[in-house]
Amino acid sequence: MEAYLFYIFAALTLVCALLVVANPFSRSPVTSAMFLVLTIGSLAGLFVLLHAFFLAAVQILVYAGAVMVLFLFVIMLLNLKEEERRKLRTAAVALALVAVGAIAAMILKTVEKSGVGFGLKPKLEGGTADLGKLLFTQYLLPFEVVSVLLLVAMVGVVLLSKKDLK
Amino acid sequence: MTIGLEHYLFVSALLFCVGLFGVVLRHNLLVIYMSLELMLNAANLALVAFSRFNNNLDGQVMVFFIITVAAAEVAVGLALIVALYRKRQSAHVEDLASMKL
Repeated sequence: MEAYLFYIFAALTLVCALLVVANPFSRSPVTSAMFLVLTIGSLAGLFVLLHAFFLAAVQILVYAGAVMVLFLFVIMLLNLKEEERRKLRTAAVALALVAVGAIAAMILKTVEKSGVGFGLKPKLEGGTADLGKLLFTQYLLPFEVVSVLLLVAMVGVVLLSKKDLK
Repeated sequence: MTIGLEHYLFVSALLFCVGLFGVVLRHNLLVIYMSLELMLNAANLALVAFSRFNNNLDGQVMVFFIITVAAAEVAVGLALIVALYRKRQSAHVEDLASMKL
């Protein structure tokens, strides 16, 4: 049962990711954004299969909720209609395929040869309570630094979106 | 048949390469940015899988931080794209090839 669910979610993730970057029917960024939401949703399914329930919830809330709404706002804000028509050159597509294919082959071969997962059994039951405890004891300083980072990002965005950028 | 660590790593590697393909191939800044998000998510998947199979919760904490930083990064990056669009009226990488504004 779990194996079937893994294959379903993995296939859904990869197909939707491919449709984000190279959709044969539509080049519109809105379509890409919608397929990115589907990709993130099925990734959350994979997280659930890995018993990372809190991260699955955060993935849906933060990525599919907040980040994608931001993306869609910006897509609607910029008028990108005329740019859909520009053609991709065949040579560019072929070169990109060769380069990325080589990198993919290298990574997959390395994972296969290294035998990294050999004999390992899934055992971690990372409950939300454990994660929270770790976050507020061992990782307290990074946690606070991240909150400062969010504040800095907010100030930066406000500054960047002013009318006359000085 | 049981699903092992290498299955998740394969999916993660393929997802990363799909994202990289998008970054190399597409010309629209927004789609390139979405492909970057795909690559970040591939790294997240690998970290969660390692965390589960090695019985170590640190990987999940790392993913938590990555998600937070990615949210901040998206906000700043989209603000930059909007500012650039105001100057040049385009979000197409070939129109943004010069460094002078």
